[in-house]
Amino acid sequence: MISDSATRIALIYPELLGTYGDGGNAIVLAQRLRWRGLAAEVINVPAGEVVPGGCDIYLLGGGEDAPQVLAADGLRRSTSLLRAVNEGAVVLAVCAGYQVIGASFPAGDEVHDGLGLVDVETRRSFDPADQPAPPRAVGDIVVEPTSDLGLPVLLGYENHAGRTRRLAGGRGRPLGVVRKGVGNGTIDQTDGIVDHHVIGTYLHGPVLAQNPALADLLLSWVHGPLPALAEPAEIQLLRQARLRALDVAS
Amino acid sequence: MPGSDDFTVVGASLGVAPCGDVQGLCNRRDESWHADEAMTTPPPRRFSTRTRAALAVEKLASSASRRLGRGSGEMIGGKLALQVSPRILTEVAAGRMAVCVSGTNGKTTTTRLLARALGTLGPVKSNSGGANMAPGVLAALSRPPFDAAAALEVDEIWLPKVARQILPRAVVLLNISRDQLDRSNETRRIASLWRELGADLPAATVVANVDDPLVAWAASGWSNQIWVSVGQNWTADAMVCPQCARLLHRNSSGWWCDCGLARPEPIVAVTGPGELLWFGRHIRASIDLPGRVNLGNAAMAAAAAKLFGVEVADALAAMTGLDDVQGRYQEVELGESGVRGRLLLAKNPAGWVEMMELLNTAPARPVIIDFNSQTADGRDPSWIWDVPFERLAGRDVLVTGERKEDMSVRLAYAEVPHTVHPDAESAASTVFDKTVDVVANYTAFRDILGRVAPVGTTR
Ligand SMILES: [Zn+2]
Repeated sequence: MISDSATRIALIYPELLGTYGDGGNAIVLAQRLRWRGLAAEVINVPAGEVVPGGCDIYLLGGGEDAPQVLAADGLRRSTSLLRAVNEGAVVLAVCAGYQVIGASFPAGDEVHDGLGLVDVETRRSFDPADQPAPPRAVGDIVVEPTSDLGLPVLLGYENHAGRTRRLAGGRGRPLGVVRKGVGNGTIDQTDGIVDHHVIGTYLHGPVLAQNPALADLLLSWVHGPLPALAEPAEIQLLRQARLRALDVAS
Repeated sequence: MPGSDDFTVVGASLGVAPCGDVQGLCNRRDESWHADEAMTTPPPRRFSTRTRAALAVEKLASSASRRLGRGSGEMIGGKLALQVSPRILTEVAAGRMAVCVSGTNGKTTTTRLLARALGTLGPVKSNSGGANMAPGVLAALSRPPFDAAAALEVDEIWLPKVARQILPRAVVLLNISRDQLDRSNETRRIASLWRELGADLPAATVVANVDDPLVAWAASGWSNQIWVSVGQNWTADAMVCPQCARLLHRNSSGWWCDCGLARPEPIVAVTGPGELLWFGRHIRASIDLPGRVNLGNAAMAAAAAKLFGVEVADALAAMTGLDDVQGRYQEVELGESGVRGRLLLAKNPAGWVEMMELLNTAPARPVIIDFNSQTADGRDPSWIWDVPFERLAGRDVLVTGERKEDMSVRLAYAEVPHTVHPDAESAASTVFDKTVDVVANYTAFRDILGRVAPVGTTR
């Protein structure tokens, strides 16, 4: 039985937006609540169904071109996600999901409309048309988070062809500055966007597994200050191992 | 070759090095400069001068590189020969009974099973060592007899290029799932390449897995099909119609799309443990390799062998007795502890789900998970979050490998208690059981195989 007070985490279209183990973010969020004695409910939203309103956290993952377009089409048919966001719901969108929550993104030879939840747009390249498209960004990525978020350095992996920039005069600020890797791939060397409780990033897949503080930040947006957590030692051991392997000072 | 960026070489060095002969053991140590079989059996006169020269180059380069201890000499020889004679694959494959086997999971095993089945008709050449790009395929075909049948494992991306030159009589298409996400992340693109290949091989028959929509769509464009149902545990990579990009419908009996694409009716199917539907009748079928997944591989191989006149009973009999494939399913001594490990390879989510099924059919042994993320494994370990590790709860789980911390965190969130160890041998030394299962991904598996001895042998 899920109590009425359970935190509801919606995993949006995992069949379409789940190429890189993105479902891991739902596992991490739910488990970190349960470890604190708080109830959590993960709601799988199958592709083709209307996204339920009233969830606390919405997760969007990565996907190949055709599934990404299908997901964007499906999401645009309903305003429930937009309404939830306006009411303060938390969104974490990674990789293709990040592109989908922006204004527009490329797939195949076309540019498709996104959801417009955040003021970014994605293209293969923003260089002059006569320039060859930049190579796919594939590899480890390290991001120094925007300081007011109060987060330690973000670790992850990226794999995307698109380049993403903020719309002129748009809302929101970058998630952080890229120390290793490509991220948004724009001249300001940033990655992602944060606008109120919506985060988009190229740190793909189960990004919260390596960044427990980011997971707790999202949860604190729902709950306010969280009870302390005696988390399994493995989680910090992983961060230490990755920081060593990537030769990054924490 | 840890950390190498050359996937070809990494692939070639998995386990026993590749060799052209099917009958288990490679006799390459007996080969030498003077006892050169190519000298006693010259290449057929139908070969062009270029190809004859290329074969000589291949022979020289591979034995030289082997003598220098570089390992996979065929790869270097094969690469050189392809440069000397670009048409060499077509020439050395001409006139043979040839089958190409491709797919994300199971191609090495299926190729070995197929080679055994074709072996009932005469000599067979095969790249049984996992060297599955053009140089490895060439190496398998560059030694006499030049009219031997050929059972060829071919990398998914390389298949169109290789098969257009080999012109095989049959092509076995197993499955397409995400693997090595940072190498090629477009499953539909592979399906599309395979579909286009069919148009260029009008005389070939495709033996195709109906339970994988990507494979079925690719194969439905070919002139001749044998549809096989092997069952599929992993559907996450085929939710979107490869033909029209709409969402597929699924139920227990299959899958279909509003555009009309649907699961073809299979003429061969795995219908239960030890049971096949075989061209209209139900037959008992078993091989020594464990699990439903391997019976499916055997069914695919037997269906291809049937095209050459091999009876299914003979094919299955020949496949029985194969109990390890490049070390997979083999039992080894794990260090000095006296603990034996059954080696299992799982290099992507689909493979892990298959292995879970195998783990659960055995008595609940401890499981050692050995996990790396080198180039050949895919640098990105994210995919472990797609594997339902929760199913290992209640089992003794031990973790090792270069990315053991990632695996450990995955298990922690799955609430599977486990211990972490520097290597598989030291993990084994901590268990009380006599036998454990070891599930490793690509380079981890290769490295274990390089360190341990099979049960009953001394090193
Ligand atoms: Zn369709």
